[in-house]
Amino acid sequence: MTLAAIDIGATGRSAVGDTRAPDPSPFVRRKGAASTLELAVFGAKCAGCIARIEKGVAAIDGVSSARLNLSTGKLAIAWSGGAVDPRAIVGKITELGYRAAPFDPTSVAAQRDHEGRDLLRALAVAGFAAANVMLLSISVWAGRGGESGAEMGAATRDFLHFVSAAIAIPAAAYAGRPFFRSALASLKAGRANMDVPISLAVVLALSFSLYETLKGGEHAYFDAAVMLLFFLLIGRFLDHRLRAAARSAARDLLALQAPLASRLAANGVVKSIAARDIRPGDVLLLSPGDRAPVNGDVIEGASSVDLSIISGESAPAKLKPGDRIDAGALNLSQRLVMRTTAGVDDSLIADLARLIEAGEQTKSRYVRLADKAASLYVPVVHSLALMTFGVWHFALDAGLRVSLMNAIAVLIITCPCALGLAAPVVQVVASGRLFRSGVLVKSGDALERLAQATRVVFDKTGTLTHARLEISNRDEIPAAALIGAASLARASRHPMSQAIADAAGEGTLAAEIAETDGAGIEGVVDGRRARLGRADWCGVDIVAAIDDGRSATWFRREGDAPVRFVFDDRIRADAAKTVAALKTRNLPVTILSGDLEAPAARIAEAVGGVDWRARLTPRRKVEALEAMAAGGARVAMIGDGLNDAPSLAAAHVSMSPGTAAGASQAAADFIYLGDGLAPIVETFDVARKTRRLMLENFAFAALYNLFAAPLAAFGFVTPLIAALAMSGSSVIVTLNALRLAKSAPRA
Amino acid sequence: MTIIIFLIPIALFLGGLGLAAFLWSLRSGQYEDLDGAAERVLLDDDLPPGA
Repeated sequence: MTLAAIDIGATGRSAVGDTRAPDPSPFVRRKGAASTLELAVFGAKCAGCIARIEKGVAAIDGVSSARLNLSTGKLAIAWSGGAVDPRAIVGKITELGYRAAPFDPTSVAAQRDHEGRDLLRALAVAGFAAANVMLLSISVWAGRGGESGAEMGAATRDFLHFVSAAIAIPAAAYAGRPFFRSALASLKAGRANMDVPISLAVVLALSFSLYETLKGGEHAYFDAAVMLLFFLLIGRFLDHRLRAAARSAARDLLALQAPLASRLAANGVVKSIAARDIRPGDVLLLSPGDRAPVNGDVIEGASSVDLSIISGESAPAKLKPGDRIDAGALNLSQRLVMRTTAGVDDSLIADLARLIEAGEQTKSRYVRLADKAASLYVPVVHSLALMTFGVWHFALDAGLRVSLMNAIAVLIITCPCALGLAAPVVQVVASGRLFRSGVLVKSGDALERLAQATRVVFDKTGTLTHARLEISNRDEIPAAALIGAASLARASRHPMSQAIADAAGEGTLAAEIAETDGAGIEGVVDGRRARLGRADWCGVDIVAAIDDGRSATWFRREGDAPVRFVFDDRIRADAAKTVAALKTRNLPVTILSGDLEAPAARIAEAVGGVDWRARLTPRRKVEALEAMAAGGARVAMIGDGLNDAPSLAAAHVSMSPGTAAGASQAAADFIYLGDGLAPIVETFDVARKTRRLMLENFAFAALYNLFAAPLAAFGFVTPLIAALAMSGSSVIVTLNALRLAKSAPRA
Repeated sequence: MTIIIFLIPIALFLGGLGLAAFLWSLRSGQYEDLDGAAERVLLDDDLPPGA
């Protein structure tokens, strides 16, 4: 980790403008003569992008249609026959300045959200029925005079009741299906969930009202039954949409991670195959920029590879024929040929996926606040309704009709309109507010879990620091040396070269670039030979070279003195402020890093002196989190690397920056965008407030029932009062939730 | 009050029309790409060049 870190692996000139497009051929779906392909397109944001991409792709010979879905970022392309080379499409999109990735639609099991559409349809039907039945019910209530002077005759009232029945019963039968299904399933399993009292209330209210209508009775609950369904469906739909958004984001990421590999056949033909088709013994070609999809041995070529995914270490390793190459290793400099020793199921990526899955299972054991409320509510309401019926029927001898009516009134009025809306509305408002601040909430209960967090664990590289290296001694470097070094560095993918190229901005490329793997790049800069790389290779005296343990490289042009470039992880500007803000919220911070001790200690010091551990493998990180959890802490993990993905999944709650690896974004509960860490603190604040508002709403729902249930049990509740109570409580709960949207962005 | 024999069916019909329109728009995929629809309105490639 001293001078050894100075191997600038270089690529030849050919790789400089490397736009080698991935070949999506394995994902083309054929149906007769028609072929379709879905590509994920990144970077399209506006009307201009749509026009450019659709026109550009449609202009390719043979393509019959191209349509970009801006919401999901998928481009659907159709053509007939085999005339179109899928690579040409990807090439075209790349040429237009966007990134396109093949997308494996088979791994997106249910592409269309059937459940959400069913709910939306049910919601529309219930809304239609509620509005029309209410129109009729209000006429009935308005026409009810006192004892004598009723303005509406009994015949008209009965007629309106019949019309209401004709609307409400079919509508409830359709719109109530989500509740009936779930109630039946839960009863079959020997439990009673929230949907049991809901279904019971709807079915009993409708059948009782129908009976009353046939008998010419005065009270009918048709409006209450459909309104109940309408309000509950709103809550159900909001809840579902929140979860579906989370699920589809995760699924899309998994589909994107169906990577491709180039297989070299015995006859020398290179064929693009899906990674899942790789078998042990295959010979694969790894170009610079490719990741090894499975474990194997290098059989040809020598190159630098980035192992940061596997070990978290930022310094690249050198590989030569005979060396072992692990899945996930990123080839940086030269073409490698590898022979696989394992299939995809044994690869590191699959291993990480299993770790993520295990973590997610523990997470799904979390019981949501709303479910806790329901488990308290269900037995209370059922016994109350049963008691009401029993007391009226047996103790007061009131007759079956009155006893049943009062029992139904209890079921309807305590029915959880407010309870059903209490949690989802707050969560939707909170997610909307966080979205405006650049935070995506990926799962419905994430905010609840975040509010409970008692500890924060940060990953270092890419989270507290920028993912890229930065020249830290720029003041000491002459401008001419920087420009000269950059003209060599632009030819390389090495992290240090990229830092030099970034610092210099746009510029030219040196002539006659040649690279020596593990040493550096050589070329002609302004007519003089120059080298960028290891100290001894650049002719710098080892003794003169300062060995202070920092990552460094040297640049030397013939006739000039050598110049030393020192690199550091660049810490994010607001990292220290964020850590301090978290500490004031009683959230101790720890850094778990896969990197070496020195950089981890430096960053821990820079953010204000926090606990840190270094050299942790993905599995060790998970173990560290489990140890904290065993100590009673609820850990919020914030990380970005693929090596963090398992710990993100295993933590009580997790966040990932928008720049994170796909798997990490899939595993995290929140994704924050932008360069700063400020959204983290805001998310904590909003989560705590969300929890408080949800508890307030549940408390209100309980208070409401405390008054409403006795009224119903004593027989004071008419359909009019039931309707007012139901809509009133729902409105109050919703208004309370909206307070979250209005409050100031950050205290 | 015989007027309600006409008015109620008319009200139901109009409400039903709205419901049918919503279900149709749902089925024809108009909610698939809300962001895209908002941007596509700006595309004027249906105009002749120079218009």
